[in-house]
Formats: sequence, C-alpha cells, structure tokens
Amino acid sequence: MIKCDIILHVPKIRVFSFFRERMLRKLIEIENVNKFYGDFQALKDISLEIEAGEKVVILGPSGSGKSTLIRCMNKLEDVTDGRIVINNIDVTKKSAPIHRVREKVAMVFQDFNLYAHKTVLENLTLAPIKVQKVKKEDAERTGMEYLERVGLADKANAYPAQLSGGQQQRVAIARALNMHPLAILFDEPTSALDPEMIQEVLDVIAGLAEMNITMVVVTHEMGFARSVADRIVFMDNGSIIETGTPDEFFNKTQNPRVQGFLSKIINH
Amino acid sequence: MLVGFISFLNTGPFALFRWEALFKDLPVFMKSFGYTIVLSIGAILLAFIIGLLFGIVSQAKNPVTRGLVRIYVEFFQNTPLLIQVFFVYYGLPLVGVVMPVYLIGIICVGLYHGAYISEVVRSGIGSIPRGQLEAAMSQGFTYWKAMGYVVLPQAWRVMLPPLTNQAVNLIKNTSVIAIISGADIMFTANSWSSVNLHYIPAFAFAAILYFILCFPLASVARKLEEKNKKLYSK
Repeated sequence: MIKCDIILHVPKIRVFSFFRERMLRKLIEIENVNKFYGDFQALKDISLEIEAGEKVVILGPSGSGKSTLIRCMNKLEDVTDGRIVINNIDVTKKSAPIHRVREKVAMVFQDFNLYAHKTVLENLTLAPIKVQKVKKEDAERTGMEYLERVGLADKANAYPAQLSGGQQQRVAIARALNMHPLAILFDEPTSALDPEMIQEVLDVIAGLAEMNITMVVVTHEMGFARSVADRIVFMDNGSIIETGTPDEFFNKTQNPRVQGFLSKIINH
Repeated sequence: MLVGFISFLNTGPFALFRWEALFKDLPVFMKSFGYTIVLSIGAILLAFIIGLLFGIVSQAKNPVTRGLVRIYVEFFQNTPLLIQVFFVYYGLPLVGVVMPVYLIGIICVGLYHGAYISEVVRSGIGSIPRGQLEAAMSQGFTYWKAMGYVVLPQAWRVMLPPLTNQAVNLIKNTSVIAIISGADIMFTANSWSSVNLHYIPAFAFAAILYFILCFPLASVARKLEEKNKKLYSK
C-alpha cells in the first residue's frame, strides 16, 4: 500500500506542476508603467505582456529606455507608477516578496558582474545554496552540467579575473540557469564584449531558446534578434513604438521611425 | 668620561636602581597590562560591531538611518575622546547613570573608534562595483545577505589596512582611561612613579607594553595584506 502510494505520488507532482506552468500563461505583465529620473521621463506609459516560454527581444536606439524597462522587471529600478506583475506577484507593491520573484527571474548583465572573490563553480552555486537552500552537492552537480552546456566545465575552479569577457558572460548565463529560473532577463549581454567574443555568447543564448525558459533580451544584435525572437519590441524615447514578429518587424514595417532605425543599422 | 657614565648609572634618571625597583614591582605592571588587554578587547569588539553595522547602513538607501549615522560619525570624529570620557565620567552620574570605570572605557573608546571604523567600512563597500550588489540582489539575496556573502568579503581586502590602524590606535587610546583612574598600564605607570620618582623606567616600560600589544597586530595585518594581494588569481 505504502509502495503504491509512493509510486503514484511522484508522477502526480510532475503532472500538477506541468499543468500549473501551462496555466501561468502570462509570466510577465507590464501595465501603464511610467518611470521618472527627476524631471526626465525614462519610460512612458509602457504596457507589455510576455507569455511563459516566449522569447522577446527589445530593440531600439541608445537611451530609449530598454535597459530601464528590463531592470524594472527585476525591481533593480522602481517604477514611478503603473504595475508590473511577474508570475502572478505584483512586484510594484511595497509588500511584494521581491526576493522570491528574483529567485525565479534571473538576470544577465552587460558587464557580467560575476562574484570576483568566488571561483566559477562557486559563482554558480552560491545563490542556489544560500537563497534556495539547495544541497551543496546538488547545486554543484547541476552547476557542472550548465558549465558543460556553455562549454566551460574546464574552468570550474578558475576565478572570473582569469577568464575572457566572453567566457565570463557564458559563466554568468550558467549562473542564471543554475537558479532554474522561469525567465532570464538579458541586459545588453554582448555590449561590453570584444567583437570576436560576441558570437560565442550569442550562440549560447540562442541555444537556450530551445529550453522552455522565457527570455527577454535587450540587444543591438540584429541577426540574433531575427533568428531567436518570437516577438520584437521596438522602443524609442521611452515608449514602445512597435511590436511584431521578426518578419513583420524587419521586412514589413510601415513605421517611419522603425524604418529609419533599421536603415541606420543596415547601412552601418 | 667613564666616571661620568658610572655616576649616570648610579644617580641619573636612568639609574640602574630605578630599573631594579621596577622589576621588583613587575606584578603590579603585569596586572595593569591585563587590564589594558581586557579593556582593548572589549572596546575593539564594540567598535567593530558598531562600525560594521553603521558602515553598512550608511551605504543603504534609507535616508533617515543614513542621516542618523552621519550625525553619530561627525560628532565622535570631531570632538576629543577625552571630553567624551569626562562627559560620561563626571556628567552622567549627575543624571543618575553611574558606571564602573572599565565599562566607561570600553563604551567611550568603542564608540569613538566605531565612528572611524564605520567610515572605513562605508568607503570599503563603496570601492566594490555596484554591479556586485545588483547581481546578488537579482539572485534573490536580501540586502544584508548580499552584503555578507558578496560585498563585504571583497571589501575586506580594501578595509584591512585602515582597520588595523584603527585597532592599533584604539589600543593606544585606551590610555585615556588613566585620567579617570582606570587601573590600566598608563595609570599604573603614572601613580607608581609619582611616589618613587622613577619616571623613566615606568614610562619606558609602559611604552614597551603597548608596543608588545600593537606591533604584532600590525605585523599580522601586513602579512594578511600580502596574502590577499595574491587572492582570486590562483
């Protein structure tokens, strides 16, 4: 009887969590968000919904508010007004359990921000062990799997300062993955890299697209946007100007500002 | 000249019999040495706890607590320690707060150096790129845990030399307690020599005792500093 119970129990949980994740269709909901720095309005009435599993690429000229928007999603910046709901939790509320949200929404930064005093593997396991209370062996096992995935298993015991920029960013991606997040936010992940290192990082990110992780990527890499995005969001001057599939965006747009942006990129 | 030297050893302020008297009363000095050690340890603990706490708070977002820490730091850094000690020793009993002298020593010296240490901690934290804190917060660490696991371990390298300075200065500054009759090295040297006029041996020996406390501390810190330079790159 007991045996039977255990056998039945395990798949039940899997099925349940499978349905639960299906049911959370809208993972990130942004409603009428405004953000001011003093008098300067960085975000103007932004509304955007991102579904679980969706790959969204945010494009736009420098200073258009892309990074501010993605940082608001993880509450590294506070919005001035409006609502951001992540995984059914309103993170713009003061009382929101923001630490619980951040565990599930990982962030990859422009300048990597690997923990300088920790080895590569320790970078991957610190938060799982201390925040998520995962056992050290388990965190290290999954950590090594993800390092393998980004092609850096041989660097597990190196310190970040001994790695190239591209390698550091791949470690940062593995660190995000080791939190087993529902979504990963990429804030210009290749902007601080030398040109020859950009591709290795983009390849890793494109590889993740096969996993069922929601991705929001702020980038200037058009080829990457075209091949990986389910949807492209174009921002200019703090507003969302256009959203659409890569095909709609790159080939069929009628919006003069988008056309202007694209012609600059392509001629350049 | 030889005669002069011999008479110097016999009758001068450095005369041998004065040193002999010192060694006869060595236990008195050793007891005061212990008193200074206990006083120093208590004050160092207090100063480090206050300094760490206030240093972290003064880097946090909340403007009210930051302002309060600022007032504390500026007050204690910009008034003499001696006045603070007198204030507590003579002033507070008037409002019914009477404390034993060693406790006054620990509190006053601890608060005084706590102010300096909180500045060391604040600038140490400030020297670590903000991205480190943001990365930790983005992984679900609370502010305090991010400090503990990510920022402070890195800031420690920057803070070590000035923290050692503070510890050494703190030990030397415990000598102010002599003024309010704490039984520390300084007080003992002073009261012992004022009876028998063996000033030179008394204060020379007192200086040696302070040196014995401070020099190893500074040396260990220098070694740690060297070791830390090689860290993160093995």
